[in-house]
Amino acid sequence: MEEEAPRQCAMGRGGGCASGALRLEGLAVGELQDVALTVAAGEVLCLSGVSGSGKSRLLRAVADLDPHEGEAWLGATARASLAGHEWRRRVRLVPAESRWWAERVGDHFPSAEVAGLAALGFESATLDWPVERLSSGERQRLALLRAVTPAPAALLLDEPTANLDAETARRVEDWLCARIREAGWPTIWVAHDIAQIARVADRHLRLEAGRLTEAGDPAWA
Amino acid sequence: MGVIELAWWQLALAALLVVALAGCTMAARLGVGRSLLIAAARTAIQLTLVGLVLEALFASARFHWVALMATGMLLIAGREVVARQTRRLTGGWGFGIGTLAMFLSSFSVAVLSLTVIIGPEPWYRPQYAIPLLGMMLGNTMTGVALALDRLTDGAWRQRAVIENRLMLGQPWQEAIGDLRREAMRSGLMPTINAMAAAGVVSLPGMMTGQILAGTAPALAVKYQILIMFAITLGTGFGTLVAVSLASRRLFDARERLRLERLSSSSQ
Repeated sequence: MEEEAPRQCAMGRGGGCASGALRLEGLAVGELQDVALTVAAGEVLCLSGVSGSGKSRLLRAVADLDPHEGEAWLGATARASLAGHEWRRRVRLVPAESRWWAERVGDHFPSAEVAGLAALGFESATLDWPVERLSSGERQRLALLRAVTPAPAALLLDEPTANLDAETARRVEDWLCARIREAGWPTIWVAHDIAQIARVADRHLRLEAGRLTEAGDPAWA
Repeated sequence: MGVIELAWWQLALAALLVVALAGCTMAARLGVGRSLLIAAARTAIQLTLVGLVLEALFASARFHWVALMATGMLLIAGREVVARQTRRLTGGWGFGIGTLAMFLSSFSVAVLSLTVIIGPEPWYRPQYAIPLLGMMLGNTMTGVALALDRLTDGAWRQRAVIENRLMLGQPWQEAIGDLRREAMRSGLMPTINAMAAAGVVSLPGMMTGQILAGTAPALAVKYQILIMFAITLGTGFGTLVAVSLASRRLFDARERLRLERLSSSSQ
Protein backbone atom coordinates (compact mmCIF):
# COMPACT_ATOMS: atom_id res chain seq x y z
CA MET A 1 0.00 0.00 0.00
CA GLU A 2 2.74 2.47 0.91
CA GLU A 3 5.78 3.24 -1.17
CA GLU A 4 9.07 2.44 0.43
CA ALA A 5 9.83 5.48 2.53
CA PRO A 6 13.30 6.95 2.44
CA ARG A 7 14.90 6.06 5.75
CA GLN A 8 16.99 8.84 7.12
CA CYS A 9 18.75 6.78 9.72
CA ALA A 10 18.97 3.29 11.10
CA MET A 11 16.61 1.95 13.72
CA GLY A 12 17.74 0.66 17.05
CA ARG A 13 18.75 2.07 20.32
CA GLY A 14 21.48 4.68 20.25
CA GLY A 15 22.07 4.12 16.56
CA GLY A 16 23.80 7.46 16.14
CA CYS A 17 20.70 8.98 14.63
CA ALA A 18 21.18 12.64 13.88
CA SER A 19 18.15 13.74 11.94
CA GLY A 20 14.84 13.85 13.69
CA ALA A 21 14.52 10.40 15.27
CA LEU A 22 12.54 10.17 18.49
CA ARG A 23 14.53 8.37 21.15
CA LEU A 24 13.36 7.37 24.64
CA GLU A 25 15.75 6.35 27.36
CA GLY A 26 14.99 4.93 30.76
CA LEU A 27 11.41 6.15 30.63
CA ALA A 28 9.40 4.95 33.62
CA VAL A 29 5.77 5.74 34.30
CA GLY A 30 3.35 3.70 36.40
CA GLU A 31 3.96 -0.02 35.84
CA LEU A 32 6.16 0.62 32.83
CA GLN A 33 9.83 0.56 33.74
CA ASP A 34 12.92 1.52 31.82
CA VAL A 35 11.45 1.96 28.35
CA ALA A 36 14.16 2.49 25.75
CA LEU A 37 13.28 2.73 22.11
CA THR A 38 14.05 4.70 19.00
CA VAL A 39 11.56 5.64 16.33
CA ALA A 40 13.34 6.68 13.15
CA ALA A 41 12.31 9.65 11.07
CA GLY A 42 9.29 8.74 8.98
CA GLU A 43 8.82 5.45 10.82
CA VAL A 44 5.45 4.36 12.22
CA LEU A 45 5.76 2.38 15.43
CA CYS A 46 2.44 0.78 16.35
CA LEU A 47 1.70 0.14 19.99
CA SER A 48 -1.03 -2.26 21.07
CA GLY A 49 -2.16 -3.83 24.31
CA VAL A 50 -5.31 -4.36 26.38
CA SER A 51 -7.08 -1.33 27.85
CA GLY A 52 -5.40 -0.09 30.97
CA SER A 53 -2.00 -1.51 30.01
CA GLY A 54 -0.55 1.99 29.98
CA LYS A 55 -0.40 2.90 26.28
CA SER A 56 -1.90 6.34 26.77
CA ARG A 57 0.22 6.94 29.86
CA LEU A 58 3.33 6.16 27.86
CA LEU A 59 2.31 8.67 25.19
CA ARG A 60 1.56 11.27 27.87
CA ALA A 61 4.97 10.67 29.40
CA VAL A 62 6.70 11.12 26.04
CA ALA A 63 4.80 14.40 25.58
CA ASP A 64 5.88 15.30 29.13
CA LEU A 65 2.37 15.80 30.48
CA ASP A 66 2.81 13.74 33.64
CA PRO A 67 5.71 13.51 36.07
CA HIS A 68 7.89 10.50 35.23
CA GLU A 69 11.48 9.37 35.01
CA GLY A 70 13.71 9.17 31.99
CA GLU A 71 14.69 11.35 29.08
CA ALA A 72 13.65 11.76 25.47
CA TRP A 73 15.51 13.11 22.47
CA LEU A 74 14.35 14.42 19.18
CA GLY A 75 17.33 14.09 16.91
CA ALA A 76 20.14 15.63 18.89
CA THR A 77 17.85 17.79 21.02
CA ALA A 78 17.27 16.59 24.57
CA ARG A 79 13.83 17.24 25.98
CA ALA A 80 15.29 18.77 29.14
CA SER A 81 16.95 21.47 27.05
CA LEU A 82 13.57 22.79 25.90
CA ALA A 83 10.70 24.38 27.80
CA GLY A 84 7.67 22.10 28.15
CA HIS A 85 5.59 23.86 25.53
CA GLU A 86 8.45 23.95 23.04
CA TRP A 87 8.88 20.19 23.34
CA ARG A 88 5.14 19.62 22.88
CA ARG A 89 5.08 21.93 19.90
CA ARG A 90 7.58 19.55 18.29
CA VAL A 91 6.29 16.26 19.67
CA ARG A 92 2.56 16.54 19.16
CA LEU A 93 0.22 14.19 21.04
CA VAL A 94 -3.27 13.63 19.62
CA PRO A 95 -5.45 12.21 22.42
CA ALA A 96 -8.19 9.66 21.79
CA GLU A 97 -10.79 12.24 22.74
CA SER A 98 -10.16 15.76 21.50
CA ARG A 99 -11.31 18.85 23.37
CA TRP A 100 -12.45 22.12 21.87
CA TRP A 101 -12.59 25.38 23.76
CA ALA A 102 -13.73 28.04 21.30
CA GLU A 103 -17.03 28.36 19.51
CA ARG A 104 -15.99 27.91 15.90
CA VAL A 105 -13.75 25.25 14.39
CA GLY A 106 -11.51 27.88 12.80
CA ASP A 107 -10.70 29.48 16.17
CA HIS A 108 -8.63 26.40 17.02
CA PHE A 109 -6.30 26.85 14.06
CA PRO A 110 -3.50 29.44 14.02
CA SER A 111 -4.57 30.89 10.68
CA ALA A 112 -7.38 30.67 8.13
CA GLU A 113 -5.06 28.78 5.76
CA VAL A 114 -5.42 25.12 6.71
CA ALA A 115 -3.87 22.56 4.38
CA GLY A 116 -5.48 19.14 4.14
CA LEU A 117 -9.14 20.04 4.73
CA ALA A 118 -10.17 18.57 1.39
CA ALA A 119 -8.11 15.41 1.87
CA LEU A 120 -10.07 14.64 5.04
CA GLY A 121 -13.44 15.36 3.46
CA PHE A 122 -13.92 18.96 4.55
CA GLU A 123 -14.07 22.29 2.79
CA SER A 124 -12.87 25.75 3.77
CA ALA A 125 -16.37 26.59 5.05
CA THR A 126 -15.83 23.93 7.72
CA LEU A 127 -13.74 26.44 9.64
CA ASP A 128 -16.93 28.46 10.26
CA TRP A 129 -18.84 25.50 11.67
CA PRO A 130 -19.75 25.67 15.35
CA VAL A 131 -17.87 23.00 17.31
CA GLU A 132 -21.11 21.99 19.04
CA ARG A 133 -22.52 20.48 15.88
CA LEU A 134 -19.54 18.31 14.94
CA SER A 135 -20.07 14.56 15.02
CA SER A 136 -17.52 12.49 16.92
CA GLY A 137 -15.98 11.37 13.63
CA GLU A 138 -15.67 14.94 12.39
CA ARG A 139 -14.10 15.94 15.68
CA GLN A 140 -11.53 13.21 15.40
CA ARG A 141 -10.53 14.11 11.86
CA LEU A 142 -10.39 17.83 12.64
CA ALA A 143 -8.34 17.11 15.77
CA LEU A 144 -5.77 15.33 13.59
CA LEU A 145 -5.68 18.26 11.22
CA ARG A 146 -5.35 20.67 14.14
CA ALA A 147 -2.47 18.66 15.55
CA VAL A 148 -0.42 18.95 12.36
CA THR A 149 -1.14 22.67 11.85
CA PRO A 150 1.48 24.11 12.12
CA ALA A 151 3.63 21.07 11.37
CA PRO A 152 5.22 19.22 14.32
CA ALA A 153 8.48 17.25 14.24
CA ALA A 154 7.06 14.01 15.64
CA LEU A 155 3.59 12.54 16.21
CA LEU A 156 2.04 10.54 19.04
CA LEU A 157 -1.35 9.21 17.97
CA ASP A 158 -3.78 7.65 20.45
CA GLU A 159 -6.25 5.56 18.45
CA PRO A 160 -6.62 8.19 15.75
CA THR A 161 -9.38 6.39 13.86
CA ALA A 162 -11.42 4.95 16.75
CA ASN A 163 -14.58 6.94 15.98
CA LEU A 164 -14.50 6.50 12.20
CA ASP A 165 -16.31 4.09 9.90
CA ALA A 166 -14.12 1.63 7.99
CA GLU A 167 -14.04 3.62 4.77
CA THR A 168 -13.19 6.95 6.41
CA ALA A 169 -10.64 5.24 8.64
CA ARG A 170 -8.81 4.00 5.53
CA ARG A 171 -8.87 7.44 4.02
CA VAL A 172 -7.49 9.02 7.21
CA GLU A 173 -4.83 6.30 7.48
CA ASP A 174 -3.67 6.94 3.92
CA TRP A 175 -3.55 10.67 4.51
CA LEU A 176 -1.67 10.28 7.81
CA CYS A 177 0.85 7.81 6.38
CA ALA A 178 1.50 10.01 3.37
CA ARG A 179 2.09 13.03 5.60
CA ILE A 180 4.31 11.06 7.97
CA ARG A 181 6.50 9.67 5.17
CA GLU A 182 6.65 12.96 3.35
CA ALA A 183 7.56 15.05 6.38
CA GLY A 184 9.65 12.34 8.05
CA TRP A 185 7.87 12.47 11.40
CA PRO A 186 8.79 9.69 13.80
CA THR A 187 5.36 8.38 14.88
CA ILE A 188 4.07 6.28 17.75
CA TRP A 189 0.60 5.05 16.83
CA VAL A 190 -1.60 3.35 19.42
CA ALA A 191 -3.99 0.97 17.65
CA HIS A 192 -6.22 -2.01 18.45
CA ASP A 193 -7.13 -3.21 14.99
CA ILE A 194 -4.63 -5.83 13.79
CA ALA A 195 -5.56 -5.17 10.16
CA GLN A 196 -4.84 -1.48 10.61
CA ILE A 197 -1.53 -2.21 12.29
CA ALA A 198 -0.60 -4.44 9.35
CA ARG A 199 -1.42 -1.61 6.98
CA VAL A 200 0.39 1.27 8.68
CA ALA A 201 3.13 -0.10 10.93
CA ASP A 202 6.81 -0.35 10.19
CA ARG A 203 7.22 -1.95 13.58
CA HIS A 204 4.74 -3.29 16.12
CA LEU A 205 5.24 -3.45 19.87
CA ARG A 206 2.84 -4.95 22.37
CA LEU A 207 2.49 -3.60 25.86
CA GLU A 208 1.83 -6.40 28.35
CA ALA A 209 2.23 -6.53 32.12
CA GLY A 210 4.38 -3.43 32.11
CA ARG A 211 6.71 -4.71 29.38
CA LEU A 212 7.14 -3.79 25.74
CA THR A 213 7.66 -6.78 23.47
CA GLU A 214 8.22 -7.05 19.72
CA ALA A 215 5.04 -8.38 18.13
CA GLY A 216 6.87 -9.52 15.03
CA ASP A 217 6.93 -8.02 11.58
CA PRO A 218 3.70 -6.60 10.29
CA ALA A 219 1.98 -9.04 7.93
CA TRP A 220 2.58 -7.07 4.76
CA ALA A 221 6.31 -6.79 5.17
CA MET B 1 -25.37 68.78 64.14
CA GLY B 2 -24.66 66.40 66.99
CA VAL B 3 -24.99 62.65 66.98
CA ILE B 4 -28.26 61.31 68.32
CA GLU B 5 -27.39 58.99 71.16
CA LEU B 6 -28.49 55.39 70.65
CA ALA B 7 -29.56 53.66 73.86
CA TRP B 8 -29.28 49.92 74.53
CA TRP B 9 -33.04 49.56 74.91
CA GLN B 10 -33.47 50.96 71.42
CA LEU B 11 -31.11 48.28 70.06
CA ALA B 12 -33.04 45.72 72.07
CA LEU B 13 -36.17 46.78 70.23
CA ALA B 14 -34.47 46.04 66.86
CA ALA B 15 -33.24 42.73 68.27
CA LEU B 16 -36.78 41.86 69.36
CA LEU B 17 -37.95 42.36 65.79
CA VAL B 18 -35.24 39.98 64.53
CA VAL B 19 -36.45 37.41 67.05
CA ALA B 20 -39.99 37.98 65.79
CA LEU B 21 -38.79 37.36 62.23
CA ALA B 22 -37.09 34.14 63.31
CA GLY B 23 -40.31 33.12 65.06
CA CYS B 24 -42.31 33.71 61.88
CA THR B 25 -39.94 31.63 59.73
CA MET B 26 -40.00 28.84 62.31
CA ALA B 27 -43.79 28.87 62.39
CA ALA B 28 -43.79 28.61 58.57
CA ARG B 29 -41.19 25.80 58.74
CA LEU B 30 -38.80 27.56 56.39
CA GLY B 31 -35.76 26.23 58.21
CA VAL B 32 -33.70 29.39 58.45
CA GLY B 33 -34.85 30.60 61.87
CA ARG B 34 -32.03 28.92 63.77
CA SER B 35 -29.18 30.15 61.58
CA LEU B 36 -30.76 33.61 61.54
CA LEU B 37 -30.72 33.79 65.33
CA ILE B 38 -27.16 32.48 65.55
CA ALA B 39 -25.95 35.00 62.97
CA ALA B 40 -27.74 37.84 64.73
CA ALA B 41 -26.19 36.83 68.05
CA ARG B 42 -22.75 36.65 66.42
CA THR B 43 -23.17 40.14 64.98
CA ALA B 44 -24.09 41.56 68.37
CA ILE B 45 -21.31 39.78 70.27
CA GLN B 46 -18.53 40.28 67.69
CA LEU B 47 -19.29 43.94 67.15
CA THR B 48 -19.56 44.61 70.90
CA LEU B 49 -16.19 42.97 71.49
CA VAL B 50 -14.54 44.81 68.61
CA GLY B 51 -16.07 48.01 69.97
CA LEU B 52 -14.27 47.40 73.26
CA VAL B 53 -11.03 46.66 71.44
CA LEU B 54 -11.37 49.79 69.34
CA GLU B 55 -12.08 51.94 72.44
CA ALA B 56 -8.87 50.65 74.00
CA LEU B 57 -6.95 51.04 70.76
CA PHE B 58 -8.15 54.61 70.19
CA ALA B 59 -7.20 55.47 73.75
CA SER B 60 -3.65 54.20 73.41
CA ALA B 61 -3.07 55.01 69.70
CA ARG B 62 0.34 53.29 69.74
CA PHE B 63 1.74 52.08 66.44
CA HIS B 64 2.51 48.55 67.54
CA TRP B 65 -1.05 47.98 68.79
CA VAL B 66 -2.45 49.20 65.48
CA ALA B 67 -0.03 46.95 63.59
CA LEU B 68 -0.99 43.96 65.76
CA MET B 69 -4.68 44.56 65.15
CA ALA B 70 -4.05 44.89 61.39
CA THR B 71 -2.07 41.64 61.32
CA GLY B 72 -4.81 39.82 63.20
CA MET B 73 -7.41 41.07 60.72
CA LEU B 74 -5.22 39.96 57.80
CA LEU B 75 -4.73 36.43 59.15
CA ILE B 76 -8.44 35.97 59.82
CA ALA B 77 -9.20 37.20 56.29
CA GLY B 78 -6.66 34.69 54.91
CA ARG B 79 -8.38 31.89 56.77
CA GLU B 80 -11.76 32.98 55.40
CA VAL B 81 -10.43 32.93 51.82
CA VAL B 82 -9.34 29.32 52.26
CA ALA B 83 -12.60 28.32 53.94
CA ARG B 84 -14.68 29.60 51.05
CA GLN B 85 -13.06 27.41 48.40
CA THR B 86 -14.32 24.01 47.26
CA ARG B 87 -10.90 22.92 45.94
CA ARG B 88 -7.97 24.60 47.56
CA LEU B 89 -4.27 24.50 46.92
CA THR B 90 -2.68 22.09 49.39
CA GLY B 91 0.35 22.53 51.60
CA GLY B 92 -0.55 26.00 52.86
CA TRP B 93 -0.35 27.50 49.36
CA GLY B 94 -4.03 28.47 49.37
CA PHE B 95 -3.69 30.36 52.63
CA GLY B 96 -0.28 31.75 51.68
CA ILE B 97 -1.26 33.07 48.26
CA GLY B 98 -4.55 34.55 49.50
CA THR B 99 -2.93 36.23 52.48
CA LEU B 100 0.03 37.54 50.50
CA ALA B 101 -2.27 38.96 47.82
CA MET B 102 -4.41 40.73 50.44
CA PHE B 103 -1.36 41.99 52.29
CA LEU B 104 0.24 43.45 49.18
CA SER B 105 -2.91 45.12 47.91
CA SER B 106 -4.98 46.09 50.95
CA PHE B 107 -2.07 47.23 53.10
CA SER B 108 -0.33 49.25 50.44
CA VAL B 109 -3.52 50.95 49.24
CA ALA B 110 -4.60 51.65 52.84
CA VAL B 111 -1.19 53.08 53.78
CA LEU B 112 -1.12 55.13 50.59
CA SER B 113 -4.61 56.52 51.23
CA LEU B 114 -3.66 57.38 54.81
CA THR B 115 -0.31 59.03 54.15
CA VAL B 116 -0.91 60.78 50.83
CA ILE B 117 -4.65 61.42 50.62
CA ILE B 118 -6.33 61.62 54.04
CA GLY B 119 -3.26 62.57 56.06
CA PRO B 120 -4.29 62.16 59.70
CA GLU B 121 -1.72 62.96 62.38
CA PRO B 122 0.02 60.54 62.97
CA TRP B 123 -0.72 58.62 59.77
CA TYR B 124 -1.57 55.38 61.59
CA ARG B 125 -4.17 57.09 63.79
CA PRO B 126 -6.49 54.13 64.56
CA GLN B 127 -9.75 56.09 64.08
CA TYR B 128 -8.87 56.28 60.38
CA ALA B 129 -6.53 53.35 59.82
CA ILE B 130 -8.58 50.50 61.29
CA PRO B 131 -11.96 51.20 59.64
CA LEU B 132 -10.26 51.88 56.31
CA LEU B 133 -8.23 48.69 56.45
CA GLY B 134 -11.26 46.72 57.59
CA MET B 135 -13.29 47.84 54.63
CA MET B 136 -10.41 47.16 52.25
CA LEU B 137 -9.73 43.71 53.67
CA GLY B 138 -13.40 42.74 53.70
CA ASN B 139 -13.85 43.53 50.03
CA THR B 140 -10.47 42.24 48.88
CA MET B 141 -11.16 39.02 50.74
CA THR B 142 -14.41 38.52 48.82
CA GLY B 143 -12.73 39.24 45.50
CA VAL B 144 -9.74 36.99 46.15
CA ALA B 145 -11.94 34.17 47.44
CA LEU B 146 -14.30 34.31 44.46
CA ALA B 147 -11.45 34.46 41.95
CA LEU B 148 -9.44 31.62 43.49
CA ASP B 149 -12.52 29.45 43.80
CA ARG B 150 -13.36 30.01 40.14
CA LEU B 151 -9.78 29.31 39.09
CA THR B 152 -9.21 26.10 41.02
CA ASP B 153 -12.67 24.68 40.44
CA GLY B 154 -12.46 25.59 36.75
CA ALA B 155 -9.06 23.95 36.37
CA TRP B 156 -10.46 20.83 37.97
CA ARG B 157 -13.48 20.68 35.66
CA GLN B 158 -11.65 21.68 32.50
CA ARG B 159 -8.60 19.52 32.99
CA ALA B 160 -9.01 17.77 29.62
CA VAL B 161 -9.35 21.08 27.75
CA ILE B 162 -6.28 22.59 29.40
CA GLU B 163 -4.23 19.47 28.73
CA ASN B 164 -5.36 19.31 25.11
CA ARG B 165 -4.16 22.89 24.69
CA LEU B 166 -0.83 21.93 26.26
CA MET B 167 -0.57 18.99 23.85
CA LEU B 168 -0.86 21.43 20.96
CA GLY B 169 2.19 23.26 22.25
CA GLN B 170 0.56 26.21 23.98
CA PRO B 171 2.48 27.75 26.89
CA TRP B 172 0.76 27.31 30.25
CA GLN B 173 -0.35 30.95 30.37
CA GLU B 174 -2.25 30.50 27.14
CA ALA B 175 -3.64 27.07 28.05
CA ILE B 176 -5.24 28.49 31.22
CA GLY B 177 -5.86 31.97 29.78
CA ASP B 178 -9.63 31.66 29.47
CA LEU B 179 -9.89 30.50 33.08
CA ARG B 180 -7.69 33.33 34.34
CA ARG B 181 -9.92 35.85 32.61
CA GLU B 182 -13.04 34.25 34.09
CA ALA B 183 -11.46 34.22 37.55
CA MET B 184 -10.48 37.91 37.31
CA ARG B 185 -13.97 38.80 36.16
CA SER B 186 -15.74 36.97 38.96
CA GLY B 187 -13.36 38.48 41.52
CA LEU B 188 -13.97 42.02 40.34
CA MET B 189 -17.67 41.74 39.52
CA PRO B 190 -19.02 42.60 43.02
CA THR B 191 -16.86 45.75 43.14
CA ILE B 192 -17.83 46.84 39.64
CA ASN B 193 -21.48 46.26 40.44
CA ALA B 194 -21.19 48.22 43.69
CA MET B 195 -19.58 51.17 41.91
CA ALA B 196 -22.15 51.12 39.11
CA ALA B 197 -25.10 50.98 41.52
CA ALA B 198 -23.70 53.44 44.09
CA GLY B 199 -26.10 56.25 44.78
CA VAL B 200 -28.58 55.13 42.14
CA VAL B 201 -29.74 51.80 43.46
CA SER B 202 -28.06 51.70 46.85
CA LEU B 203 -26.58 54.13 49.31
CA PRO B 204 -23.27 52.63 50.43
CA GLY B 205 -23.16 51.52 54.04
CA MET B 206 -20.32 53.72 55.16
CA MET B 207 -21.89 56.85 53.74
CA THR B 208 -25.24 55.97 55.30
CA GLY B 209 -23.52 55.45 58.62
CA GLN B 210 -21.67 58.76 58.39
CA ILE B 211 -24.81 60.70 57.45
CA LEU B 212 -26.76 59.06 60.26
CA ALA B 213 -23.92 59.98 62.60
CA GLY B 214 -24.28 63.64 61.62
CA THR B 215 -21.70 64.27 58.87
CA ALA B 216 -22.70 66.63 56.06
CA PRO B 217 -23.71 64.61 52.98
CA ALA B 218 -21.17 66.38 50.72
CA LEU B 219 -18.27 65.32 52.95
CA ALA B 220 -19.71 61.82 53.39
CA VAL B 221 -19.93 61.52 49.59
CA LYS B 222 -16.26 62.51 49.17
CA TYR B 223 -15.15 59.92 51.68
CA GLN B 224 -17.36 57.33 50.06
CA ILE B 225 -15.85 57.94 46.62
CA LEU B 226 -12.38 57.67 48.09
CA ILE B 227 -13.30 54.43 49.83
CA MET B 228 -14.87 53.01 46.67
CA PHE B 229 -11.74 53.71 44.65
CA ALA B 230 -9.50 52.36 47.38
CA ILE B 231 -11.62 49.21 47.56
CA THR B 232 -11.48 48.82 43.79
CA LEU B 233 -7.70 49.19 43.79
CA GLY B 234 -7.28 46.77 46.67
CA THR B 235 -9.63 44.18 45.22
CA GLY B 236 -8.23 44.56 41.71
CA PHE B 237 -4.56 44.24 42.60
CA GLY B 238 -5.26 41.57 45.22
CA THR B 239 -7.22 39.46 42.75
CA LEU B 240 -4.53 39.98 40.11
CA VAL B 241 -1.75 38.81 42.42
CA ALA B 242 -3.78 35.85 43.71
CA VAL B 243 -4.84 34.65 40.25
CA SER B 244 -1.30 35.01 38.86
CA LEU B 245 0.35 33.12 41.71
CA ALA B 246 -2.32 30.43 41.99
CA SER B 247 -2.44 29.72 38.26
CA ARG B 248 1.35 29.43 38.19
CA ARG B 249 1.17 27.01 41.10
CA LEU B 250 -1.19 24.76 39.11
CA PHE B 251 1.68 24.04 36.71
CA ASP B 252 5.18 22.78 37.42
CA ALA B 253 8.51 23.78 35.92
CA ARG B 254 7.85 21.57 32.87
CA GLU B 255 4.49 23.33 32.34
CA ARG B 256 2.49 20.23 33.27
CA LEU B 257 -0.93 20.69 34.83
CA ARG B 258 -0.58 19.37 38.42
CA LEU B 259 -4.09 19.00 39.79
CA GLU B 260 -2.88 16.82 42.66
CA ARG B 261 -1.83 20.14 44.17
CA LEU B 262 -5.53 20.77 44.82
CA SER B 263 -7.36 19.06 47.66
CA SER B 264 -9.63 16.53 46.02
CA SER B 265 -12.99 17.29 47.58
CA SER B 266 -14.98 19.86 49.44
CA GLN B 267 -15.47 19.63 53.16
